[in-house]
Amino acid sequence: MEPFIYDLSRPGRRGVDMPDPDVPLTPLPAEYLRDDLPLPEIGEPEVVRHYVRLSQRNYAVDKGFYPLGSCTMKYNPKINERMARLPGFALLHPLQDPATVQGAMQLMYELQQMLAEIAGFAAVSLQPAAGAHGELSGVLIMRAAQVARGQGHRHKILVPDSAHGTNPASTTMSGLTVIEIPSGADGNVDLEALKAQLDDQVVGLMITNPSTLGLFEQHIVEICRVVHEAGGFVYGDGANLNAIMGITRPGDLGIDVLHFNLHKTFSTPHGGGGPGSGPVGVSAELADFLPGPIVAQNAEGEYVWTMPARSIGRVKAFHGNFGMFVRAYTYIRMHGAEGLRRVSEDAVLNANYIQALLKQRGDYPIPHGDRFCMHELVAQGRIAGAEGVHTLDIAKRLIDYGFHPPTIYFPLIVPEALMIEPTETETKETLDAFVDALTAIAQEARTNPELLHTAPHTAPVRRLDEVRAARQPILARVPVGGR
Amino acid sequence: MAFKYDSNARYAKTHEWARIEGDLVVVGISDYAQDALSDVVFVELPAVGSTVSAGTAVAVVESVKAAEDVYSPVSGEVVAVNEKLADKPELVNADPYGEAWFFKVRPSNLSELDGLMDAAAYEAFLASQEH
Repeated sequence: MEPFIYDLSRPGRRGVDMPDPDVPLTPLPAEYLRDDLPLPEIGEPEVVRHYVRLSQRNYAVDKGFYPLGSCTMKYNPKINERMARLPGFALLHPLQDPATVQGAMQLMYELQQMLAEIAGFAAVSLQPAAGAHGELSGVLIMRAAQVARGQGHRHKILVPDSAHGTNPASTTMSGLTVIEIPSGADGNVDLEALKAQLDDQVVGLMITNPSTLGLFEQHIVEICRVVHEAGGFVYGDGANLNAIMGITRPGDLGIDVLHFNLHKTFSTPHGGGGPGSGPVGVSAELADFLPGPIVAQNAEGEYVWTMPARSIGRVKAFHGNFGMFVRAYTYIRMHGAEGLRRVSEDAVLNANYIQALLKQRGDYPIPHGDRFCMHELVAQGRIAGAEGVHTLDIAKRLIDYGFHPPTIYFPLIVPEALMIEPTETETKETLDAFVDALTAIAQEARTNPELLHTAPHTAPVRRLDEVRAARQPILARVPVGGR
Repeated sequence: MAFKYDSNARYAKTHEWARIEGDLVVVGISDYAQDALSDVVFVELPAVGSTVSAGTAVAVVESVKAAEDVYSPVSGEVVAVNEKLADKPELVNADPYGEAWFFKVRPSNLSELDGLMDAAAYEAFLASQEH
């Protein structure tokens, strides 16, 4: 195992010799000093080698196929990084006088406008720091709008069982009550079950469309209509926006609030490489409630910070994760409207190609394989003739074939789920190789299941003990030799 | 796969079991539920003394795969919870009908149990859910 950088520390080692100061020294006030902050002492080559070794053990989209369903692990174009590193963007301070950062504010203003146009909304706030943060902001917006309507007694948020797992969490964090709505046999929301819950207690519905089954909700217009008739709002989880750009717009379908995942759809770094960014867009009725400040343009054409009239307030320090705005802006400008539509078309085509190949070979059941999928598909790790093999074993074995496993055991409503999202940036050769690996694994499952139970065999670490990690978590570094 | 059933218990479609013991109703999750969840790593239980109503989520069971709500099959007052599950959530996998009971309710309306399934009906229900 690679040691922690703290364990590489030796007293007195350093990577940088600071020049002698050319101004009088002013000691830090004693109350700001602490002696319990042991920073590692280490030279530059050892720092570089430590992190390069770690990065080589990691798996990344720059290394190979990463079909993690619902996460849209698309390739992040390198031009994004170049733009984000331009000194005029990278070296700004968020407290600078607006007159000195008009270019950055113009970029934010235009990104607000572009996202609003892509999803069909009246206004956008870029503040939320990630998808679930955008959800929380959206739920607070719906709640504030209900209070403004004199409907502050409403407390129910309806969440279909095919929604993203963060939706119930966002609702609970905002103090509202989650009511789960089941899916019908066709994978759509059960309309009758939905209608049965629509009363004068409903703040709104949170819907993920396309759903986590990889299916477009065919009754979305009617769903929005009946929720509106009951006095509720409809929240759209924009995590699956990669399937529909330039084809349909959530705002046009009747959705009132939606968050964008810049780190999914708009190619900004994801996971540990983030940070994320989860702007939230709203209809005209809800525009006054957006978190702020947002960027507006005054009569003189200058960009100014403005707080929406009945804002739910600030949800993030300063102005959100600005570096991500530069990358997403670059991505949108590089593609243009036609290009974004092509992104979605190719994402859907790639997923359907995998679905068609898997159906043809017949090793993995696809519960809704009779429908076209959207940008992702949900198969099952239930291989006939290999009943002792589970989805987890298949996922771990895929690592040996050089692929990142798909999302597994989600959505919860599909037993042994394998949720596969190839994204638009993969070649046919990659998709073929991935399906070939799944086919080979199905054969191994029947002839040599032990190979799967003990996988992975070629990764830097073998099968991790997830159960023990969850039951007895060690959340802080234990120094060599213990505490 | 063959699952175990407690013939003295009644079962909800959401996979809880309820068993009358004296004037209390004991609640847990079924063998099918623990198998579907796989290794249970955490159980969150209701507060003793709290009032629960049938069909509402009152506990949470979390495994390495999923976190699921546990619904009370009966209305009434929670009079005891199984403290052992805090340190030994694996009991849910080992002994779902015995040592791994979740909570005990003093029922306010025992006839609610009539709406639940007996073991044979629950087994048939599970078979009908397989697809």
